[in-house]
Amino acid sequence: MWRDAVLIAGRDLRIEARSRVVVNQVAPFAVLVLVLFAFALDPDRGVLERAAAGLFWVAVLFSALLAVQRSFSLESADGTRDALRLSGLDPAGIFLGKALAVAAQLAALQVLLGAGIVVLYGTDLGRPALLVATAALATAGLAAAGTVYGILAAGLRVRETLLPLLLLPVVAPVLLAATRAWEAGLASVASEGWPWLRVLGVFAVVYTAVGIAAFGSLLEDA
Amino acid sequence: MTAPPSTGPRRATGTPATTVLGAVALLALTGTVALGLALPLTREQRVYSRLIAIHPPVAWTAYLAVAVTAIASALYLWPRTRDRRWDRVAAASAEVGVVFIALMLATGSIWGRPTWGVWWTWDARLTASALMLVLYLGYLAVRRVPADIEVRARRSAVTALLAIVVVPINHMAVEWWRTLHQGRSLAELDPGSNLDGAFIAAMLLGFLAMTLVYAWLVVHRYRVEALEERLAERGLDAAIAERRAEAVMVDQ
Repeated sequence: MWRDAVLIAGRDLRIEARSRVVVNQVAPFAVLVLVLFAFALDPDRGVLERAAAGLFWVAVLFSALLAVQRSFSLESADGTRDALRLSGLDPAGIFLGKALAVAAQLAALQVLLGAGIVVLYGTDLGRPALLVATAALATAGLAAAGTVYGILAAGLRVRETLLPLLLLPVVAPVLLAATRAWEAGLASVASEGWPWLRVLGVFAVVYTAVGIAAFGSLLEDA
Repeated sequence: MTAPPSTGPRRATGTPATTVLGAVALLALTGTVALGLALPLTREQRVYSRLIAIHPPVAWTAYLAVAVTAIASALYLWPRTRDRRWDRVAAASAEVGVVFIALMLATGSIWGRPTWGVWWTWDARLTASALMLVLYLGYLAVRRVPADIEVRARRSAVTALLAIVVVPINHMAVEWWRTLHQGRSLAELDPGSNLDGAFIAAMLLGFLAMTLVYAWLVVHRYRVEALEERLAERGLDAAIAERRAEAVMVDQ
């Protein structure tokens, strides 16, 4: 299972390294979202600084949607999904591999967005350990849930419009918990932040388990 | 030529049994309204406390519908109990369920306005219910994607099971979110702590009425679903027959 996972993750990341779609399209989009928030909320009255944690995670969520769409549009060309089904790879391994690749891309985007809120919103990174731990768990959850719903929508003609409707209400707890934890972390009151990691942990474990269990049958139908 | 289907053509979704069910549901609903409107005014909420005959029963029915959808979906996915009928039950129950979730939010909002002073508040239960509504709208969207009936049934069943996993996680997260910051819960605001008999009676009749209405709607929706499936199959048969006829003409 793990060997297959590494194989698939390596393939997805290699495609990204050569096509640069996430680097050239999703990353600028993520930064653009941060800029748009500044237009929407008056930047000079400290609103942005107070809301930085929430805005950061909303931007991450939108970018995650695009990353998942991209991850599964790779499979739609040239009958790749059929090839994947016939490859004899463990479906659980394929799931973990695709989720790992999405997680790696999300982690890179978060570093960029983190720099973005420091530079654009003037935020202080109060407790980096809490911030990084939160980001790691939230990324695991987002990638797992995104991959489950990504394959569910992958074979459908309406996938671009369906995926946000399916995925966003599901990842609402991640947005909620990660934002609270980051608010605490940015304001340097770490003790209020750590309990939220439990929600993120439960979410990541549940969706990883669901993905490992269900990915095979979802892949068959996609 | 295609053989006519063995079951006789049925154009309506009603049978004598469902007519009786519908009549009983209507009776119970009328009774609930009558009892509800006869409830005495309360000191704090005046006329609005009468919503207790409607809102809790609607909420119960919404959760019932969601549970039925999940169970039917699981039964469909389980190889030994796989039957297209479970898929229809899941579809019918989810569709009626979405209506009840929306009603739950609407009646709750109408109740919240005079009691809390706002139409909407970010209370844990309200937020979780709103997320549940979106979740099941997503399920219905998946159902509407055109596909082979078997494929659609399997895909919908998996979606319904994924959705039922989300409901408790969402509840847990928002419950915690709202209790961590403000210790307000619906229980304190509810007049439920010192209900008198008339309120309990109206509410219980309401539970019965809403459950019957739900059952009646689901039975009809189930039969519409069955008719739709038959129509789709017949359409396919007709198309094949037409192509055959064309081929024959070309041969001549």
